[in-house]
Amino acid sequence: MRNFDYFAAANPDQAIAAHAQTRGAAFLAGGTTLLDLMKIDIMRPPSVIDIHRLAFDQIETLTDGRVRIGAMVSNTTLAYHPTIRADYAVLSEALLSGATTQLRNKATTGGNVMQRVRCGYFRDGVSPCDKREPGSGCAAIDGQNRSLHAVLGTSERCIAAHPSDMCVAMAAIGATVSVQGPKGVRDIDFLDFHLAPGNTPWKEHALDDDELITHITLDAPLRSSKSAYLKLRDRASYQFALASSAVIVVTADGAIQEVRIALGGVATKPWRAKHAELALKGQPATRDAFSHAAQVALQGAVPYAHNGFKIALAQQAIVRNLLSLTS
Amino acid sequence: MTNPRDNHPHAGLLADSLANSSVEAAAGTRALQLIVNGVERRLRVTPNAVLLDVLRDQLGLTGTKKGCDHGQCGACTLHVNGVAINSCLSLAIMHDGDEITTVEGLERNGELHPVQEAFWEHDAYQCGYCTAGQVMSAVAILKDVRIGSDDASVREAMSGNICRCGAYKNIVAAIQSARKTGRAD
Repeated sequence: MRNFDYFAAANPDQAIAAHAQTRGAAFLAGGTTLLDLMKIDIMRPPSVIDIHRLAFDQIETLTDGRVRIGAMVSNTTLAYHPTIRADYAVLSEALLSGATTQLRNKATTGGNVMQRVRCGYFRDGVSPCDKREPGSGCAAIDGQNRSLHAVLGTSERCIAAHPSDMCVAMAAIGATVSVQGPKGVRDIDFLDFHLAPGNTPWKEHALDDDELITHITLDAPLRSSKSAYLKLRDRASYQFALASSAVIVVTADGAIQEVRIALGGVATKPWRAKHAELALKGQPATRDAFSHAAQVALQGAVPYAHNGFKIALAQQAIVRNLLSLTS
Repeated sequence: MTNPRDNHPHAGLLADSLANSSVEAAAGTRALQLIVNGVERRLRVTPNAVLLDVLRDQLGLTGTKKGCDHGQCGACTLHVNGVAINSCLSLAIMHDGDEITTVEGLERNGELHPVQEAFWEHDAYQCGYCTAGQVMSAVAILKDVRIGSDDASVREAMSGNICRCGAYKNIVAAIQSARKTGRAD
């Protein structure tokens, strides 16, 4: 790993000021993505600002019913928190389906939101990759694009799938990303935080220069809802999703009163399927209705040479999750 | 401020060689204090020094193994303040003041830790390279009441520790045996 200037921030103001001093500086929280990518020379920050001891380590229920999670709360702590297990099962399950015990112990809530794609051409340091080296192209479009590549939200410059499970659950729940920067604090809707690649695949999120994620606030849980995360992958543990669904549903008299659906493994950002939700709302809780909604969710999907199967797989992830939640 | 190197007869050459050799020397080292297996250790590290490498190369604690060096295999698992992490994905400098427990810190008065004993009794390894990491994960999992006690939960919680010899069956048996005997601590 190349060397760098290191600064351990005692508070967010210090962290932001230190980050602003050096172009290309990086915040270091859990380090499970950053240090991995620094070791393979894909990220080369000249300055690293250690924020892992900042006091954003609480999970609090706010008076309006929302739940505010400090950016430094570990994935393990969040997954097992009593409020999360009771009111946001989909989030707890998503977290526990991701990575490994040791990685979850270290990885943070803010860091999970900021994790980079797993595309082998991004990580190899030599292949054309518009995300890593703007203007070089995308080796994945005509390359090995079976497991880590998307069918939704892609562009001709990048087709890498967003790898997070946690973020898929948050997209379904609805959340706000609170950030602090040189100009003060602001909130970003979770669904606006990650950016589809479009023509600027190197721009992955809505953060401005030197902004730091301080909290993620979950929308209040839907009353009388049930929720679950269903992750389909090549092996039973420690594997990124080929396709996953986060579903939150409220039923009344055998009909779908409210439903939230988000997809993982198949999209370039945590993917909320709002059209599918609209198609399902008010419908009977039947396999036919679920299948129709699943088709709507994947409308516009673009298959590449090796990942066309993901369209059917994602549809099945939606149907099976809904069947299990409403049975 | 006068740099002592300025007065050195080969100051220019030295500066050139520093600039060419690596930025590490130029960036300098930082003081770091770790409590390793209950013993306070004071050392100096460069910012880019990885916890795993510092323990092995500077402190001579080679029980913790380097496998993939990318958080994928679990051979480097140890405990920081009682929590199991991959030490290959942590900078040493991040851990100033932290309590580090490595596999060398499990024994008590020359006796194997009960989990080590169970690995021995169940032949829970073949080549042994992953064993330190497996044992450190197992010790943490047995103490963690949030993780289920059935075999499936153990397998899932241990999935970050790869064993290329394929001793998984005996590893789970060893962990469950240590749980049953109630000697997991």
